[in-house]
Amino acid sequence: MSNMLEVKGLKAYYGPSQALHGIDFSLAKGSITTLLGANGAGKTTTLRAICNMVRTEGSVSVDGQSVAGKATEAIVRLGVGHVPEGRGTFTALSVEENLRVAAYTRRDKAQAARDLEMVFTYFPRLKERMAQQAGTLSGGEQQMLAIARALMLGPRLMLLDEPSFGLAPLIVQEIFRIMRRINQESKVSMLLVEQNAALALALADNAYVLETGRVVMSGTSAEVSSNEQIRKSYLGY
Amino acid sequence: MEQLFQQVASGLANGAIYALLALALVMIFVSTNHINFAQGEMAMFSAFVCWQLITWGYSFWIALPLTMLFSFGVGVTIERVILRPLHSAPVLSIVVVFIGLLAIFHSLAGAIWTHTVKPFPSPFPNVSFAGSGLIGAHQIGMIVVAVVMLALLFSFFRLTPLGLAMRAAALNPDSARLVGINVDWMLALGWGLAATVGAVAGVLVAPVVFLEPNMMAGILLYGFAGALVGGITSPGGAVAGGFIVGVLENMVAYLGNMLERATGFYLIGNGEKLTVALLIVITVLTLKPSGLFGRVTVKRV
Ligand SMILES: Nc1ncnc2c1ncn2[C@@H]1O[C@H](COP(=O)(O)OP(=O)(O)OP(=O)(O)O)[C@@H](O)[C@H]1O
Ligand SMILES: [Mg+2]
Repeated sequence: MSNMLEVKGLKAYYGPSQALHGIDFSLAKGSITTLLGANGAGKTTTLRAICNMVRTEGSVSVDGQSVAGKATEAIVRLGVGHVPEGRGTFTALSVEENLRVAAYTRRDKAQAARDLEMVFTYFPRLKERMAQQAGTLSGGEQQMLAIARALMLGPRLMLLDEPSFGLAPLIVQEIFRIMRRINQESKVSMLLVEQNAALALALADNAYVLETGRVVMSGTSAEVSSNEQIRKSYLGY
Repeated sequence: MEQLFQQVASGLANGAIYALLALALVMIFVSTNHINFAQGEMAMFSAFVCWQLITWGYSFWIALPLTMLFSFGVGVTIERVILRPLHSAPVLSIVVVFIGLLAIFHSLAGAIWTHTVKPFPSPFPNVSFAGSGLIGAHQIGMIVVAVVMLALLFSFFRLTPLGLAMRAAALNPDSARLVGINVDWMLALGWGLAATVGAVAGVLVAPVVFLEPNMMAGILLYGFAGALVGGITSPGGAVAGGFIVGVLENMVAYLGNMLERATGFYLIGNGEKLTVALLIVITVLTLKPSGLFGRVTVKRV
């Protein structure tokens, strides 16, 4: 069985400066992997590199298919739902439009309609707010909308960039519970970037720790969280 | 009093043209943050194309859609071929490109069709209406065609998936790519639609100002004024702004004439219409920089 995501020797550049220095990791089908690390370690850059949103070298394949040379929108259509840092909701559009626009490139409209129903079972709150302008939602609701929008792509793999950012603990717990359900019920593999290491390790099967664009440790979540030194120096808890 | 109505009516007719041009400018601005200075010359060129088709014997109502199709193609091509390689170029280079385009369309039209002024036949039947003489058939036609065009365009953006995708691409290109939208094509399509809207404006105004390579110079300024007054970020606002500027410029001239007739003192007249229009723009922008209808999106941080 091939991996859902296979990353080899991934390097990324912002202009002349290099942000990733050759990263290797893989993500088994159906699993959740978390990328941890301090501010500026290169977590967001890794997700952006997978979607070819920065200049990259190295190889990335999604479900056995190389994404080399593909445009971001083409990679997305392979079934990669990227929930970006800062959520990236279309704040001037309504909740409904945010969800509909994500199904724009899907051929199977009937399946897209079923997926919308499924999204409502995960996020019943969004159903009540369909007509509301997305920019007026609460932070938690916006994060839900961002995840829901990625789900409307019918993804096999989701890339989630700090879904807990700026949210109250109760909302974060709710969102993480829903993420687990999405993983289990919709069989979506997940690559989760988090500052909140304890929370991410509790959800993920495997973890990679980044420091200044390099992997400094990897293992199962249990292994990483039981490593005293890693916990103290990189995860800060 | 009748004269006042007449002024308002013809202001609305001119306003329809300004509204179309303003909308064309806004459509490109919201997705690229650039002002297409060549919009007027592109519209002029389209009007010539339509005239050419008519002189070749096509009826106006066949020539118009053909012209729109041609203009759409020109718009798409300009974006794909000329602007595409400049996506990350500094603003000043883009401005230079627009001015280059302006010059190219201008001299091309002069070279193909010469600079002699040509009459452009009005497509609208010359019947008189109830309030005869109040407003000409062509003016009513201008308003009707413009309003139909605007309604179609707004329905397209509001109601169709492609229209929604285009709006999303303009609002947030990165997020649009992340939902699988080909943002580059959306930009090209936006250019095509803007060129089409401009073409309709050019064709509608040609019977009024006559056909020649300079015909759009002043009119584009009014369109620009309309876009700024209404809000350069708001398509609906730009349309409203176009109509407002159209009516206002006539009101100004009308009041100036009244004043002159009453007191013999000439303050303002037809010659100062453009100046006054620009003064209005500056005043509005000073008081409300985003324009009258420029929407500031509600955003929670
Ligand atoms: N647009 C950019 N231009 C230049 N350098 C950038 C840019 N974005 C990120 N960087 C640099 O790349 C490195 C990695 O940044 P990245 O955003 O991937 O970190 P991160 O792990 O996601 O951090 P955070 O936890 O703060 O989100 C940092 O040194 C950062 O300064
Ligand atoms: Mg980050």
